[in-house]
Amino acid sequence: MVPAFGSGWLTLLYKELLRFWKVSFQTILAPVLTALLYLLIFSHVLESHVSVFDGRVRYTAFLVPGLVMMSVLQNAFANSSSSMIQSKITGNLIFVLLPPLSPLDMYAAYVLGAMLRGIVVGAGVLAVTAWFAPLSLEHPLWALVFALLGSAILGTLGLIAGIWADKFDQLAAFQNFLIMPLTFLSGVFYSIHTLPPFWQALSRFNPFFYMIDGFRYGFFGLSDIAPGLSLAIVAAFCVALTALTLFVLGRGYKLRH
Amino acid sequence: MTPAVEIVGVARRFGKVQALVGVDLVVRPGEFFGLLGPNGAGKTTLISILAGLTRADSGVARVLGHDVVTDYRNARRLLGVVPQELVFDPFFTVRETLAIQAGYFGLRDAGDWIDELLHHLDLTAKADANMRALSGGMKRRVLVGQALVHKPPVIVLDEPTAGVDVELRQSLWSFIRKLNADGHTIILTTHYLEEAEALCGRIAMLKAGAIVALDTKQNLLSSFAGLTVRLGAAALPEEWRGRILRQDDHSYLLSLANYAELERLLAALRGKSIEVDELSLQEADLEQVFLRIMARHH
Repeated sequence: MVPAFGSGWLTLLYKELLRFWKVSFQTILAPVLTALLYLLIFSHVLESHVSVFDGRVRYTAFLVPGLVMMSVLQNAFANSSSSMIQSKITGNLIFVLLPPLSPLDMYAAYVLGAMLRGIVVGAGVLAVTAWFAPLSLEHPLWALVFALLGSAILGTLGLIAGIWADKFDQLAAFQNFLIMPLTFLSGVFYSIHTLPPFWQALSRFNPFFYMIDGFRYGFFGLSDIAPGLSLAIVAAFCVALTALTLFVLGRGYKLRH
Repeated sequence: MTPAVEIVGVARRFGKVQALVGVDLVVRPGEFFGLLGPNGAGKTTLISILAGLTRADSGVARVLGHDVVTDYRNARRLLGVVPQELVFDPFFTVRETLAIQAGYFGLRDAGDWIDELLHHLDLTAKADANMRALSGGMKRRVLVGQALVHKPPVIVLDEPTAGVDVELRQSLWSFIRKLNADGHTIILTTHYLEEAEALCGRIAMLKAGAIVALDTKQNLLSSFAGLTVRLGAAALPEEWRGRILRQDDHSYLLSLANYAELERLLAALRGKSIEVDELSLQEADLEQVFLRIMARHH
């Protein structure tokens, strides 16, 4: 039985959680396994070839927070985007549009649901991959803040993509041509200091880079960029996207015709 | 008394199509109100505007005095809508679907009412079945349950019996009648005109986005005094073709003023040597009224 909430948005959040929990093989275990395979392959091939933070951190250990954050980000995006587009295409979004839910209610429920999925998957990846490398957690609060902000940003981007896309094909394009390159080119697998100057400079325009670098700082106390700057940039990005999404939901763009 | 539904000058255009041309409509509390019209007349657009699913270009819609745009939270709490499309969330069971819908309206402890709804909608045995496992008729009944789960005083049913078999249709209507008797306002759109005739007290007919008739069922029926004649014949004299309400192969439904006109029709048929295969008189029903009004606004 669904628990009794006094507020509609809590029920919508509960529905979002139930939705991914009912298919947890696909939504939680599969991404954990994928991250583990990345770790095993990349660390096996590159452990002895790549030096990060001037050799102060082993490559496999360096890789773990990157993979955790990548999983958090990708799954947060996947949750809100797939929920929204499935509801739109099957037409059952009407059940959310008919009740007295405000734009803020919808935003909070979809994005919190996405954050929770991202963080549950991230925790699973951490629990599995931490066995393969000596890990320290120098500043856990920093790691947590970046995980929360990063998942909120991707949950919000997922919501925007789900609202914008009319077909699964368009959503896949958003995911494969925007989210995936920005994630892979954000320093998950390398430190940007190992890149040529041009690519280093370009990486600084990638907001995902700051999320991953800041998250990694929480583990090693080392980062490519000052963590305070990363936090400011990530927080500003989060606020801007939130404002945009609330505006979009308030206008009923592609939802209320 | 505050109207259950008040629509003032509501207009809406979709590209080149003027879906609604400035509709005014008042539905009083406790009414069983019918909204009829051919496909594309604007019925669903009007309901969507009332439910906040579509924005009007101009005009105002209110539910029990609450504006559906500026005071949408109260307006939506007071309104239950059974949508026309057969939609469902495949992740959940019937009971979860109803409980989640109740929760969206901030309803605590809806369990007893959900049990009652399941009973009335003949879904108790399917309460824990996944929505995907239900037949079309059962899914339609869950939609009705979802619209009623927050006990709205105003209920809009947009083609609710499409795809529902006759027996279930009857049980659904007796349940809706009971809700109406308990004081709920019901607004019904349907293609089954006999359904509207049996249930609705007042009826509005929409055509091309405008209301072309709005009156009590009795007034609508009596305003079309005259004869409706079903005539089976190979052809119809040219001067009588203006009386055709509907035409099938060698069968005509004709509107006549009185028996004297019927005599003249038969004389005209004899004069043209057209043989009459079948002739029957029909009492005025809502379908004929509907056809006449639609023909008049052609």
